[in-house]
Amino acid sequence: MSFSFKNIRYLIARRIVQITILFLFAAGNYLGWKVLMGNYSSATFLETIPLSDPFAALQTIISGFLLGTDALIGAIIVLLIYSVIGGRVFCSWICPVNLLSDFSLWVREKLKITISNKILLTRETRYYILGLSLFLSIISGVAAFEIISPISIFHRSIIFGIGGGWSIILALFLFDIVIHKNGWCGHLCPLGAFYAITGKYGFLKIKHYHNNCSMCMKCFDVCPEEQVLKIIGNESGLINFGACTNCGRCIDVCDDKALQFANNYSNKN
Amino acid sequence: MKKTSRRQAIEKMFKSGTALSFGGLLWGTGIKEASEADVVIRPPGALHEDDFVQACIRCGKCVEVCPYDTLELATPGEGKVTGTPYFTPREIPCYMCTDIPCTNNCPSGALDLTTLVKEGESPSINNSKMGLAVIHKESCIAFGGIQCDACYRACPLIDEAITIEKEINTTTEKHANWIPVVNSEICTGCGICEHVCVVEKAAISVLPREISTGKLGSHYIKSWKKADELRINTNPKLNEDKDDINSALDYLNEEEGLY
Repeated sequence: MSFSFKNIRYLIARRIVQITILFLFAAGNYLGWKVLMGNYSSATFLETIPLSDPFAALQTIISGFLLGTDALIGAIIVLLIYSVIGGRVFCSWICPVNLLSDFSLWVREKLKITISNKILLTRETRYYILGLSLFLSIISGVAAFEIISPISIFHRSIIFGIGGGWSIILALFLFDIVIHKNGWCGHLCPLGAFYAITGKYGFLKIKHYHNNCSMCMKCFDVCPEEQVLKIIGNESGLINFGACTNCGRCIDVCDDKALQFANNYSNKN
Repeated sequence: MKKTSRRQAIEKMFKSGTALSFGGLLWGTGIKEASEADVVIRPPGALHEDDFVQACIRCGKCVEVCPYDTLELATPGEGKVTGTPYFTPREIPCYMCTDIPCTNNCPSGALDLTTLVKEGESPSINNSKMGLAVIHKESCIAFGGIQCDACYRACPLIDEAITIEKEINTTTEKHANWIPVVNSEICTGCGICEHVCVVEKAAISVLPREISTGKLGSHYIKSWKKADELRINTNPKLNEDKDDINSALDYLNEEEGLY
C-alpha cells in the first residue's frame, strides 16, 4: 500500500481548520485577541460580524424568548453559510468534539475493541433527540439541549476553563470507545441532526465515479457515516445524504480516483 | 425495500414512543434541576434569574471583556446553571466600569442595557441591581464598638449605598458605635464591600435580590407617603376589603370566637 500526503490531505486540512478556530477562540479569552470572541454558541468575528449557533437560537426562541438582534443575525448568517456549503461541514471541519471523537475512534482501533460493534443505536436516534430538544424547549421554557450539551461543555472547558466539565468529557470519550462506535457524533448528537437537515440541499457533495472504483472498500473503513456510501460499487453519482459530513476522508483514502468533491448543482452531474 | 407488516409497524411505533417518553421524562426532569441555580450573583444588567437562564446563550463574551476577570462561566457540578456567567464578590467583586462592557457585549439580551436606565437618563452602572449587601451584626466589628468603616470607604456609592450611623455603645454607655447601614434602593450589589471586609468570613455579603428582599403586599398603604396614599383609590384589592367590613365586625362581636 502506498501511503502519501495525498492520503491524508483533507484530514490535515480539517485538523488545521479545527485547531485554528479553537485556538482563536481560546486566544480571545486568554490573550485578549479580537479575531474570534465568544465561543461556538455565539461569537463575534473581527469585532463586527456576529455568529451564533442556529440550533441554540432556535431552541431559545421557541422556549419563549426573542433573542437580541446580534444573536439573531448571527444565527441567520451561520445557518446560511452551512446551508449553502451543504452537508454537515460544521461537524467535520469546525466542531471541536470531532477532535475528541476521532481520538476515541483511534484509541478504539488501537485497542482493537470490537465487542461493542453490535449496533445498539440506530442512526435515526439523533433525529428523535432533535425533536425532543425542541419539544422540551417549548414546554420547559429553557433551551433544552443547551442546558446539557456536551459539545458546549467541551468547548467551554477549553476556552474558559474545565472546572467540573472533565467528567462529561471523559464520559463522552469513553462512550465512543467502549459502548458505541461513533456513538455521539454518528448516532446521538441533535446538532449534527440539525445540520444534516439544513445542509441537505447545499452545493458541496461527494461524487462517486463507479468506473474507476476497484471495490477496495477503504472508504467504508474510514467513513463515520458509512450508510451514506450506499451507491459505492453500484453506480456513479452524488452521495446524496444530509448525514454526510463532507469530511473528505473517503477521498483521501481512495487510490482509484473514484471519489471527488463535486458541485451539487453543476450540469456535469 | 422490505415490506413492513402492520404488526411490525405498530410494534416499532410503540417502541419508539416508549423510548421517546422515557428519554423525555428523564431529560425534562433533568432540565428543571439543571436550570435552577443556588445563590448566584449575575453580571450587571441581568434579567430576572428565570428569564436570564432562558435568554443566556452561554457564549462567555461578558467574561472575556471583563477587565478585572470578575466574571466566570459556571462549569458542571458547581450548583449553578452550566455555562452561565456569575461572580464571587469575596474573590473578585464587580468594579462597576462606567462603559459596562459586559452588558454592552451581550448578544442575546440576557444582559440588557434597558434594565440600567432610570427615567430618561442614559444607562448607568449605578442603576444596576446585581444583588443587595446584607450585614451580619454579630460578626461585624463596628457593632462591637471598633471603628472600622472599611466597607463604607470602599463603596463606589459612598454615603449613598452605605452610610455610617451612630448609636450608643451599650457596653461602655458613653461611647458611640459607628455602624454601616446599607440603603437597599441604592446598593448595586457590586460586592466591593464584601471583598474588603476585614473579618475572617465577610460580615457584609451580597445576596441575590430575590433572596435578600421582602415584599410588603399591595394592601399595606404607607399613609405618611403622599404617593403611596393615592393607591387607596386605585388598588382594587383595598376596595374589595371595604365591602367585607361587616364580616370583620361580626367576627369580632361574636363571643364564641374569643373563648
